[in-house]
Amino acid sequence: MKVDQLSIFLENRAGRLAEVTRILSEAGVNIRALSLADTSDFGILRLIVSDFTKAKDTLKEAGFTVGRTSVVAVEVSDVPGGLNAILTMLQESGINVEYMYAFVQQSGNSAVLIFRFDRTDQGIELLHKNNIATIPGDTLYAM
Amino acid sequence: MIYDIKNETLPREDLEKLQLRRLQALCERVYATVPFYKKSFDEKGVKPQDIKSLKDLTRLPFTVKQDLRDQYPFGLFSVPKDQIVRIHSSSGTTGTATVVGYTKRDIQNWGELMARAFMAAGASASDTVHNSYGYGLFTGGLGVHYGAETLGATVVPISGGATRRQVALLKDFAPDVICATPSYALFLAETGKEMGIDIKDLPLRVGIFGAEPWTNEMRLEIEQKLGIKAIDIYGLSEIMGPGVAIECLEAQDGLHIQEDHFLAETINPETGEPVGPGEEGELVFTTLTKEGIPLIRYRTRDLTSLNTAPCKCGRTTARMKRISGRSDDMLIIRGVNVFPSQIESILIKTEGLTPHYQLIVDRQANLDTLEVHVEVNESIFSDEIKNLQRVESKVMKNIKEFLGVTAKVKLVSPKEIERSTGKAKRIIDKRKEG
Repeated sequence: MKVDQLSIFLENRAGRLAEVTRILSEAGVNIRALSLADTSDFGILRLIVSDFTKAKDTLKEAGFTVGRTSVVAVEVSDVPGGLNAILTMLQESGINVEYMYAFVQQSGNSAVLIFRFDRTDQGIELLHKNNIATIPGDTLYAM
Repeated sequence: MIYDIKNETLPREDLEKLQLRRLQALCERVYATVPFYKKSFDEKGVKPQDIKSLKDLTRLPFTVKQDLRDQYPFGLFSVPKDQIVRIHSSSGTTGTATVVGYTKRDIQNWGELMARAFMAAGASASDTVHNSYGYGLFTGGLGVHYGAETLGATVVPISGGATRRQVALLKDFAPDVICATPSYALFLAETGKEMGIDIKDLPLRVGIFGAEPWTNEMRLEIEQKLGIKAIDIYGLSEIMGPGVAIECLEAQDGLHIQEDHFLAETINPETGEPVGPGEEGELVFTTLTKEGIPLIRYRTRDLTSLNTAPCKCGRTTARMKRISGRSDDMLIIRGVNVFPSQIESILIKTEGLTPHYQLIVDRQANLDTLEVHVEVNESIFSDEIKNLQRVESKVMKNIKEFLGVTAKVKLVSPKEIERSTGKAKRIIDKRKEG
């Protein structure tokens, strides 16, 4: 039920992000979701892509430092309060969200939330116990 | 003005006779008292009695910094510990410190040599000396202090730091001479400006500057901003401390080496062969009179050339050019010696990695800055910002703790640090370009 997220170290310098997207585009890899966190010196680019292994290998080859992180994807109704219900539940059980990002699906009326929990397995267990479905990696990559 | 007319103006021939006599006695002494030297003489197949002229000097073995480290702490001392009255040491919390010891006579000689240096710089017994060199294990502070007292001057032992207070005292005590690192002198001038005190307007006349590399451009800037003459002084704890060589006020053209106490050579750093006068080479010293820790042919790693032509100040001692660089990759950052290998070992200890790194040294607002660029590899990379920042601050803390230097640590991408075909370029020293 986990999703592979690709994390890439980026120096804060003009053109670095474009270099990543160029490499992925040339490799025919599609970006499903993206989030960028930054400090004054560097940034971390987090991606969910159509082909994790291919993306990882081509970026590594180009000299980027990359990592794999297990994140959890959840589909919620695109209505007010959808995210809040989940966060409240997590808070009550003491699971910490290290970071998260979201995207809205073009076709449906639902949003996809990507979570990075401090305890991933417990997070998934909690979601399932409360009948909240997680999206398997393969489904997400092919969306 | 010359403090010790007899010894500072000896005809070359008499000086060389004196040097030979002292060298012979030195060889006898270290051979008999320092097992390290007995061994290294024997390995070179040379006996003290083989030294018949100064030319025989080249038959003697070299001593390098690592030898002092290997013999840590007192292995190279030539007298019993109870005759040592003072110990100085390089910064070496990483376990690579070099320790030197002085006998009563050594301290006395050092005071005399520093007094000579003061007088060469135009100071006199009636002057007040503001001493901003750090007091402690570093030789700068106490070396200058004893020299000024030997001269009979008045010393203000302010040491380093508390810059606004220093400016206030420069105004209130009206010293004639200041001793500091060149970068600190400029920092004082700037701080003075902020406080509404223009050091140019104070009675200060002369500054004696050393302990870090500086350029002639910087000299001109100091002279202009402080309204003084800026004199270059040279020394190293292994040989003595400040006062091994000094510029004279009259010529400001090369530093007079105190040749009756220190025998100077310049060698090709690759081959160890002597280079000719006027040719650049690595400076090598033999301490002719030191009792505590005499050294034979100590390789300073400093690059310079020697000039034996008489100086218009009247001194006959050889002059060395301003140090142009190092034959190894040691950096001097705010007076602290830093080797890239020390940074490397801290990086390895900090996160258990063998990273690519680069040191960027610069001078901002007249103070040395050190930036350590570390390539992020997969073993330290994290998808969370806080983990990477933790690595940065841990390295920073360890550098401060082990080397006493404040560095900015910056994580960079792997390709950011230039790969050269051979040896990695570890240092970018932007100070030299200014």
